[in-house]
Amino acid sequence: MSTASDPTDEVLLTMSGIVKTFPGVRALDGVDLEVRAGEVHCLLGQNGAGKSTLIKVLSGAHQPDEGAILWRSTPARLTSPDAALRLGVATMYQELDLVEGLSVAENIFLGHEPSRFGFSNRGSARRQARELMRRLGHPEIPPGREVGLLSAAGQQLVSMARALAHDAKLIIMDEPTAALAADEVDNLFRVVEDLTDDGVAVVYISHRLDEIRRIGDRVTVLKDGRTVGTNLPADTPTADLVNLMSGRMVETVFPLREVTTVDEGNEVLTVTGLSRKGEFSDVSFTVRAGEILGIAGLVGAGRSEVLETVYGARKSDAGMVTIGGRRLRPGSVSAAVAAGIGLAPEERKSQALLLDQSVANNVTLASLPEYSRFGFADRGRELRDSRATLERLDMRPADPRRLVRTFSGGNQQKAVVARWLVRDCKVLLLDEPTRGVDVGARAELYRLIHELAAAGVAVVLVSSEVPEVLGLSDRVLVMREGRVLTEAPAKELTEASILDMVMEGSEVVV
Amino acid sequence: MSDVSEKSPSTVDNRPPAVQTAPPKKSGGFPLDIRLTILIGVLVALCIVGYALNSTFLGENNVSIMLRLAAAIGVVSVGMTFVIISGGIDLSVGSMVALSSVWMTTLATQEYGPWVMVLCALLVGLGAGLINGVLISYGKVVPFIATLAMYASARGLAERLSERQTQVVREQGFLDFFRGDLLGIPVLIWMLAVVFVVGWILLNRTTFGRRTFAIGGNTEAARLAGINVKLHTAMVYAIAGLCCGIAAIMVVARTTSGASTNGMFYELDAIAAVVIGGTLLTGGRGTLIGTLIGVLIFTVVNSIFTQNNLETDIQNIAKGVIIVGAVLLQTLTSRRAKT
Repeated sequence: MSTASDPTDEVLLTMSGIVKTFPGVRALDGVDLEVRAGEVHCLLGQNGAGKSTLIKVLSGAHQPDEGAILWRSTPARLTSPDAALRLGVATMYQELDLVEGLSVAENIFLGHEPSRFGFSNRGSARRQARELMRRLGHPEIPPGREVGLLSAAGQQLVSMARALAHDAKLIIMDEPTAALAADEVDNLFRVVEDLTDDGVAVVYISHRLDEIRRIGDRVTVLKDGRTVGTNLPADTPTADLVNLMSGRMVETVFPLREVTTVDEGNEVLTVTGLSRKGEFSDVSFTVRAGEILGIAGLVGAGRSEVLETVYGARKSDAGMVTIGGRRLRPGSVSAAVAAGIGLAPEERKSQALLLDQSVANNVTLASLPEYSRFGFADRGRELRDSRATLERLDMRPADPRRLVRTFSGGNQQKAVVARWLVRDCKVLLLDEPTRGVDVGARAELYRLIHELAAAGVAVVLVSSEVPEVLGLSDRVLVMREGRVLTEAPAKELTEASILDMVMEGSEVVV
Repeated sequence: MSDVSEKSPSTVDNRPPAVQTAPPKKSGGFPLDIRLTILIGVLVALCIVGYALNSTFLGENNVSIMLRLAAAIGVVSVGMTFVIISGGIDLSVGSMVALSSVWMTTLATQEYGPWVMVLCALLVGLGAGLINGVLISYGKVVPFIATLAMYASARGLAERLSERQTQVVREQGFLDFFRGDLLGIPVLIWMLAVVFVVGWILLNRTTFGRRTFAIGGNTEAARLAGINVKLHTAMVYAIAGLCCGIAAIMVVARTTSGASTNGMFYELDAIAAVVIGGTLLTGGRGTLIGTLIGVLIFTVVNSIFTQNNLETDIQNIAKGVIIVGAVLLQTLTSRRAKT
């Protein structure tokens, strides 16, 4: 299908040597990208490869530190999202940025409403909106309908209509099919083909290789913030693409497991047939004392949902969780905590920490009954135990009275882990433990995770970074779209083989 | 694959792990921070102004009058502080005071004697607060709406019970005790002191207080730490209701009657006092000492105006200026603390 649209040779956009640094991270480290008018240019790369940052630079949300951007061979500066729009670059974000309470027409023209003498011209807006929806193949969506009442696919269309309303020459689509059913995907692709026939260029981001083969013209592969392959034909063999994406430069050496203290037979946590409608189904695994089980998969594969369900923060529809042979009451966090499970959630700041309170208060939050006598908090013991735990975790400064807000990301993560250490938890669920943590602190967290396992804790680790899962775990569970694909010892898997499994539609096994 | 360690100079971060140096140390229970010092300064300044305008201002008589006036709203504000720290709001406190004051002074209740009157006020306040709490935590009604409904209906019920009449207290034993002195200090002031001290201990020294701060600071984190957020939230509103019951007893004692017009605008005064005292309206941070000073500032302003026969309209303008000034001060000091 890659010949359906006929890319011209006119180069619309050239980016060269783009560098963007954030405190502690070099997110983009020399990216080159060339987009021609009328082509579908696919962007591939693992999580953290720099795709999102590149989109933000292209849409004017971030300013690059170095590098040149040429728009139709003349230097261009995308100083703001508005500047990018005026140039003709429109972005459809993965998280749709629509106002649910407004109508289809109002959303399409948000910020540039057709107006006469300062009064919005609703008639004209509706006419144009109806025309745009017809062009997108959905004349049945009325311009006056409230966007919140539309399906995911309908909202996607509104988002695309908005891009078209700006008369965009280049449309960036960030995983547009993630929320769509198969027939809706077909319609989306038809629209994309119509657009490219009109000379509009599309930068298409997806993890699904079959989609890229269906509509892509050329592919650029990013790794570690750099372009590692560019202007590849869309029918490049899967093996080659995966090879380009994998072998990421690992910034930290993973500590070797000195002693593998996995206690055969001593299964602490057993999950059987766990399901939650629309999130994941029939997930089973066991973790032994002293073992680290990694869960690999793309964002949205259901990994975090599984962890939160085991923890009781979400209620399972089917299946059960047993800990030390005893069945856990579903949907009860306090039962899970009492049974010895601890969770370091994905969003550290919004789900785990009281930022404006002291470290000690955060550390004892899950153990308040243990740190009190007749309801009165035992502050002396609280401070002593917190300080001892902070020193054990090498948290700097090890001052339990300091506010959590004043610590770095890595130290904040240690405070979350400390919460479960003070109550000697048996099972520790870690969801993206190194997100937003700088390189030095990462190594320390890795060492800490190994130490915990060595001390007999059963650890379940979820991470979007495949090397991290492989480097830390004893066994790995690979998930895709809510299902467990494989369970295997970490040493039998490679980064490339996992990537191949999680990218839907890759028919070739490397 | 796992221990690939090809290092490139650009991706390796050699900086030492971030260690912040400046220690902005300050924890929830510590009473003497800058903001509080400023508030106390304002209170002292207002007292000096009052004294300059009228030398009897700081006399024993006037101080006693001021504190007795502050007592009921002070008790209500203690409950309000718990609610706001937990991340909620209670608009119904004034109406709950009215309902409790009416219910405890009906002829039927008065027949049973002073202690039943007291018990009645406490139970009515507690019950109304519990209804708020259950609606909010188990019924998932947002606090603003749930307590707005109670604001309207509790006063309505008070009007119905009293048929809009002022119910005079005939029970002399009740008046003798609550209008009297204990160790030379009016009982009303003792009551405020006891409620304040108990509230302070509950908030700062018990796990209940710790959970209240946790829920207000980050509800999701509290839930994921295994705290029963719903039950706790319901209890916080019940405490606010109980405080209203206590305040009703104090109002009835002071005015020797119960009426559906009691406690008018208490919700606004209490919220204002809590906010002036430095409690964040978004929850998670606040002190009872700040609330107490907030209440006292308002009382002193009131007294200055009445003692000098000034118009109440100017008094209301002054109140507004104080609220805005205090909040601006907080934004400035907290901004400085963050940079």
